Amino acid sequence: MKQQSFLFGEEEPEQKVSEAPKAADIRDTLPPIEDEKEDTSPPEPRVLSVFEAVTQIKRSLERQFNEIWIQGEISNLRAAPSGHAYLTLKDSSAQISAVCFRPVYGRLKFDPSDGLEVIARGKISVYANRGQMQFIIERIEPVGHGALQLAFEQLKEKLNKEGLFDPSLKKPLPQLPSRVGVVTSPTGAAIQDILRVLKRRNDRIDILIYPTRVQGETAAREIARGIKELNRHGGLDVIIIGRGGGSLEDLWPFNEEIVARAIHASVIPVISAVGHEIDFTISDFTADLRAPTPSAAAEMVAGARTELVGKLEQLASRLIRGVKFMIQCKNDLYKTLVSSRGFLDAESRLNLMTQRLDELVLRMNATSLQMVTPLQSELKQLEKSLPSALEHYMVRVSADWKNLDSKLNAFSPHSVLERGYAIVSSKTSNEVIRDPSQVDKGDLVTVNVAKGSFAARRE
Amino acid sequence: MEFKDFEKSLQRLEEIVAKLEEGELTLEESLKLFEEGTKLSKACGKQLNQAQRKVEMLVKNENGEQEEVPFSVNGEPGE
Repeated sequence: MKQQSFLFGEEEPEQKVSEAPKAADIRDTLPPIEDEKEDTSPPEPRVLSVFEAVTQIKRSLERQFNEIWIQGEISNLRAAPSGHAYLTLKDSSAQISAVCFRPVYGRLKFDPSDGLEVIARGKISVYANRGQMQFIIERIEPVGHGALQLAFEQLKEKLNKEGLFDPSLKKPLPQLPSRVGVVTSPTGAAIQDILRVLKRRNDRIDILIYPTRVQGETAAREIARGIKELNRHGGLDVIIIGRGGGSLEDLWPFNEEIVARAIHASVIPVISAVGHEIDFTISDFTADLRAPTPSAAAEMVAGARTELVGKLEQLASRLIRGVKFMIQCKNDLYKTLVSSRGFLDAESRLNLMTQRLDELVLRMNATSLQMVTPLQSELKQLEKSLPSALEHYMVRVSADWKNLDSKLNAFSPHSVLERGYAIVSSKTSNEVIRDPSQVDKGDLVTVNVAKGSFAARRE
Repeated sequence: MEFKDFEKSLQRLEEIVAKLEEGELTLEESLKLFEEGTKLSKACGKQLNQAQRKVEMLVKNENGEQEEVPFSVNGEPGE
């Protein structure tokens, strides 16, 4: 009853006024009735009951307007608890009551609202109880953009208002993911792309696939369930959801609210990788990270690790360079020492030690040369040759080194320098200066004193 | 090794390298640091490469429980 009251409220009088005379006009202007002899052979009109009249009109209208398309603006839209929706379609000079029954209304992707310009397909019928003509809508589309486009905008706005896209909610990707969940079709392009990239990057990341459909009616529910299941399953560092490219309809499951909610509820960071670069979906906005393609998602997952590998390699080679530099310094010092006056008596012993030092420096040079190889092999070199060879060598000689160090301390120029002497060497050739002719005016020299060294220029 | 430990190791390695590069250590100190650094870089490298790459799929078995089965790209059981 309630539905009827708004259905047949204000429009009713107007319609009656406008239709009744029209029908009469038509009858008046119709060609002589004799034309339709079969129908109305007796001239005297038969009196119909109201029910009969309405039923005949209803049949006639339904036959004639079995499928029509009407464009107009929605007004006075009411969704009834029954799931049907009642509305008026109008333009500037006319209006028509319309009804959209539950099976149609419930499946609309977009949210119809007053003021929205639509194109509707359906048939004309009569609601006999009230003698009311109505348009029964079977399909309805917003004008200007597709229903899906509108639905997308509407959901985006709604979720945005709710704060689902809030940047502060975005979880960071783990730096070193070792296990990645993928919610996608096991037969689709996306999983193949992801696996291919990870293989190419020679990555050791474990993959756990949750198989779902990625298009069609049930896909969204399956994807949402996949995200939940993988969260429940645990042990995953990140989840990728996605599929390869396709039409807006194909990508639609990733625009469904249920998927957005599942992403939002996920404790594991989610990467959304749907279609191509140009495709943006609701799940892209909701996810912790949007990847332009499934391949890009794989790159992101593997990227952090590659970065760390690079960093480690760099540190390792700096480590070698650092210790080499150290040894070089000592070596220079020993050389200086050997060639210094007052230590000649120790020269033969020191020569022996210097030789050992040279040997070590040479070996290190050789090792470091092998470091100049591409990324992956570099790490292997580092792992195999460097630490074992070098470390063993270092450990073996380190006892000697300690020995050497303490011996050298006894001979150390330090003890001389402590007394106020300085050793001057050429900045360019590193040679110890014994003769003023060794340096030209203006040349830079290094002056080594007990507590360090400084640069000086010859006047 | 947890990622936290990995991060710590990497940080320590950075410190060591920086110290070595300053070049103000005694020979003994620098050798000690070098030894430590080598061990750290070895451990970190191991961590980066330890995982065995596995590709699996979660499917429901006959008891309705989720089960991990090996996945191969070609000739997959579909949906």
